[in-house]
Amino acid sequence: MTSILPIRPETGASQRAAARAAEYGLVQLGGRPPLGRYIKELWARRHFALEFAKSRFRSANEANRLGMAWVVLNPLIQAAVYGLIFGFILTSNSKPHNYTAFLVCGVFTIGLFSGCFTDGAKSLVANRGLVRTLHFPRAVLPIATLLNKLMELVATTVVMCVIVMLTGEMPQLDWLLIIPAYFFLALFSGGIAFVAARLTVHLRDISQLIPFINRLIFYLSGVFYIVGNRFGDRGILGKVIEANPLNVYLSLVRYAMLEGIRGTGPNQISIDATTWIMAAGYGVVMFVVGFIFFWQAEGLYGRD
Amino acid sequence: MTEQTSSQNGSVATDRSGEDLETIGQDAPPAEEKAAPKPAAKKAAKKGVGPTGLKKIKTRVPVGPRERPTVIVDNLHVTYKVYATGKRATGRNAEKKGLLARTPGVRRAHEVQAVRGISFTAYEGDAIGLVGTNGSGKSTLCQAIAGLVPAKRGAVYSEANPTMLGVGAALMNDLSGERNVILGGLALGMSLDEVKSKYQDIVDFSGLKPEFLDYPMRTYSQGMGARLRFSIAASVSHQVLLIDEALSVGDRLFGQRSEERIRELRESAGTVFVVSHALPTITKTCNRVLWIDQGKLIMDGGVDEVIEAYTEAEGA
Repeated sequence: MTSILPIRPETGASQRAAARAAEYGLVQLGGRPPLGRYIKELWARRHFALEFAKSRFRSANEANRLGMAWVVLNPLIQAAVYGLIFGFILTSNSKPHNYTAFLVCGVFTIGLFSGCFTDGAKSLVANRGLVRTLHFPRAVLPIATLLNKLMELVATTVVMCVIVMLTGEMPQLDWLLIIPAYFFLALFSGGIAFVAARLTVHLRDISQLIPFINRLIFYLSGVFYIVGNRFGDRGILGKVIEANPLNVYLSLVRYAMLEGIRGTGPNQISIDATTWIMAAGYGVVMFVVGFIFFWQAEGLYGRD
Repeated sequence: MTEQTSSQNGSVATDRSGEDLETIGQDAPPAEEKAAPKPAAKKAAKKGVGPTGLKKIKTRVPVGPRERPTVIVDNLHVTYKVYATGKRATGRNAEKKGLLARTPGVRRAHEVQAVRGISFTAYEGDAIGLVGTNGSGKSTLCQAIAGLVPAKRGAVYSEANPTMLGVGAALMNDLSGERNVILGGLALGMSLDEVKSKYQDIVDFSGLKPEFLDYPMRTYSQGMGARLRFSIAASVSHQVLLIDEALSVGDRLFGQRSEERIRELRESAGTVFVVSHALPTITKTCNRVLWIDQGKLIMDGGVDEVIEAYTEAEGA
């Protein structure tokens, strides 16, 4: 796990010491390995990332009386609260078909993103002790956050399927389309976690802003309405909001899960190949960009 | 002097490893245990080397084999950025500008210089003790040698992969001892198979009763937790090993066993660094001592000289 860099004395270091180090094959530590080796080191630590995520997943609920039941109870209560607010209090005339299921799909799906964003931002600063005692590619930490959130997603998805069935939808093969949709959403969220993790190290204040950004995204991405309905006639703004990555992922999941919503009518969602291409593009690009952005500051992560 | 004030508060410069339980029982009086002082030490003491470090004395004594360097530390500076609050921490400007300076809209980053220009070379077979008061920069120096804290200026060159003997930060209190052994092993860089094959050894060494391994670690007593952490950490051996306040864990029996284990690790490792306030520990395990104060190297030499000068200065 050593970070072998070509020996070049930094400011304040003498040529003599560098030459002596080179003579005995000593290397400067704590730098940033080249991308290829970084990925290799990361792969070697995959079991650690997984075990770390699993441990987090377990320890988050271990102290509760109901234990792991909270993994399922938490999203259920969340859905109930949103159902109460948007189903009974803030009622509107133009609700999509099967609103309960519509809402549940939205809330649970965006949970993966907002969880990765919030916890990803904390992943380095909250584990400062770990970063300062042990060597490992720091990307393990945001990745463990993503894995942790994916474990939660498995639980919430089961709940989601049950709720959707209870609202009268029949299980069908199309439901399997949520797997690629979630795969791309996970890539996208992972990329966001990388970016948030690095930015929070540079500027701790960002973690104060994240709840608000999350809220804004929640309201803008059509978790409780269909974006096309609200913003369809707003020209460019409408197009931008419709192209919002989270709206794309939400649409894909809902299209897969809810039969009554498919179509081009006012309260319906239509998807085509472009939607899938956008989903894949957003996911892959965000993940790669986020990862490289994170890797560029490797070696600085212990400083503060 | 403001910088030193903040760094000597301890929380900034020392308490980073997440291992907070390893500091029990370091108050052993060291002065009595020492052999007859050597002339060099007397000279050092006479020159009045104090904790303020007015004079920097280097006594190079030939201790241990001197063929192969394993760690070269060259003019190393390490600083921390701290967003300090309060009047003291904002320094002289605060006094000039009065109230306004105390509540600025954007707080300026304050730099704490934990290590300020340390240079030395460690050789194969060296066991180097680091002594100094709290907040003198010992732990930071260790972290910099381990490559965990980046250097602001200067450089650290090292053989292979220096490892800190500490795993506390990776463990999770809500999980059982068993899961923590696996998690800790993986955190130290073992493969899954290695962890599985070493699992029994780790558990045996810790001496914990099997039923405790099923309980969450937060139910453990301080000593039990320290035993398990030490057992996990000491299960790996590396060429350059850094031990930060890990020697005094558990009860006496476990203390003996861990000292033995450290000696083993020392033999298999090329170079060992030991940070401890328990000077007897250092006299027992080391052949060379670095005395650090306020981030600077005050003295570097054989155990007897340096410890002699250090206790003299501390006691005065």
